[in-house]
Amino acid sequence: MNSLTIAGRELRNLFLSPLAWTILGVTQLILAYMFLSQVDYYLSIQPKLVGIPGAPGVTDLVVAPLFGNAAVILLLIIPLLTMRTISDERRNKTISLLLSAPISLSEIVIGKFLAIFVFLLIILLSISLMPLSLLTVGNLDLGKFLACLLAMALLMASFNALGLYMSAIASQPTVAAVASFGALLLLWIIDWAGSNGSALLEYISIMRHFENLLRGLISTVDVFYFILFIVGFLSLSIRRLDNDRLQK
Amino acid sequence: MNTLIEVNNLSRQFGHHRAVDNVSFSLNKGEVLGFLGPNGAGKSTTMKMICGNLSPTAGEIKINGYDILDQPKLAKAELGFLPDIPPLYSDLTVDEFLSYCAKLHGLRKKAIQQSVTRGKQKCGLSDMGNRLIANLSKGYQQRVGIAQAILHNPSVIILDEPTVGLDPIQILEIRELIRELGKEHSVILSTHILPEVQHSCSRVQIIHRGKLVLNESIDGLSQLMSSSSLLVRFGQPPELDLIQALEHVTGIEALEQQQYRISHHQGSTISEHIAILAVNQQWGLLELMPEKHDMEHIFLSITQDPSNHE
Repeated sequence: MNSLTIAGRELRNLFLSPLAWTILGVTQLILAYMFLSQVDYYLSIQPKLVGIPGAPGVTDLVVAPLFGNAAVILLLIIPLLTMRTISDERRNKTISLLLSAPISLSEIVIGKFLAIFVFLLIILLSISLMPLSLLTVGNLDLGKFLACLLAMALLMASFNALGLYMSAIASQPTVAAVASFGALLLLWIIDWAGSNGSALLEYISIMRHFENLLRGLISTVDVFYFILFIVGFLSLSIRRLDNDRLQK
Repeated sequence: MNTLIEVNNLSRQFGHHRAVDNVSFSLNKGEVLGFLGPNGAGKSTTMKMICGNLSPTAGEIKINGYDILDQPKLAKAELGFLPDIPPLYSDLTVDEFLSYCAKLHGLRKKAIQQSVTRGKQKCGLSDMGNRLIANLSKGYQQRVGIAQAILHNPSVIILDEPTVGLDPIQILEIRELIRELGKEHSVILSTHILPEVQHSCSRVQIIHRGKLVLNESIDGLSQLMSSSSLLVRFGQPPELDLIQALEHVTGIEALEQQQYRISHHQGSTISEHIAILAVNQQWGLLELMPEKHDMEHIFLSITQDPSNHE
């Protein structure tokens, strides 16, 4: 209940600034361009595909790449959204309003997390309108489409949790943004070093798990990875906030 | 009398620096406690600990019987806190901000509207509801901060330097407000403006280098402030031995131009005896004036007393 109060205010605040609108507009524009070129490409190779049995369909060749591209754009954007959540409150000393109200630290962190997550779901909704528009001219593999949505939601929540944690550590919003961008990018490409098959690095890499889900392969390993990631960084954020009270 | 705040053996360590050292006090319902001290004495640290923004190194704090560490939610529900920098979201309007605060304190929908209206009215913000907080003057922002602290009708109100940045008229209004709040709530007020304490508080505490060095009711304080010396001036040079021989006189100090400071035991009056003596001896009494210690005097003597410097 308290989390929802905080989330509501955060979300409204987000839309008071031009940042939210800019992000919505820019992502939509870039992804629409990518989507159209992907559709174009699909149309050009469609005649060749007809002859091949079990050839990849429009969901594999248009929808999944679209969401893959969206993930990279989110990697750039989410740090900008999360950077201010906690570090700004600490800088402006408004955090003491939350600390002296009858609210627990976890409610504060979850409230902030939910606000950004709802905003990200709005982005996801507007992205998924593009593949859905294909329904007017053909068929989509709805199972795969839903798997893509699940993958995106989990990925967004993970990026969000990590960004929130960086914002809890950093004293300045920009530092939080740079740190979360760096951490996300590293986690994204960390399996490059494991090209000769390091199982650990492959497991750590966000991209591996994301791509499995994007292909329509929903396994508990991947879903659990994301849930662990989210819960882990949220609890770290709570711990970090608690440290403010204990500061030595 | 029910005790609303109980602080026992509170200490706070920052590295090697002991900001608050073994402070204990309690506050009853209907009392206004003035918390005094020079900069860096540990006032804000103590207040932050009482409000749960900082956890103590040792000691316990109870708000209306609830321990701030064991039952933080129940304890914080009884608290209204205005930190030294008012925690305001500058991109909200006064109404939006106050109703957000009311929601954070778990007020119900119906009560929110009421308490916001009442809070604004008490702090003189009734016409400011639609203004953005960023566009308000410092004084008005301070008022929003106070409104935020009293909004949910808490039993304990803690104000850290509430009159900073206000003009003299607003200061008077805020003092009046604090006195009024003191009737139904317990108020702790920190300040370094001494007359403010005399006007609005029923009890005074002075904290210095983390230690509580004075804890007096305002009556006890005026006792301390009452004179224990007289200033006299004579036309003729007096025989100091005769004055010294009077009962209760503890010392005489010669000042310039035939003026003397005569110290005496506290609570005794010797002016009459001196006047009779001076008339009988024909010293030509020109001036006889009990010396009054003001708050500043007491404050300085306590905070600069070498015995308090360890």
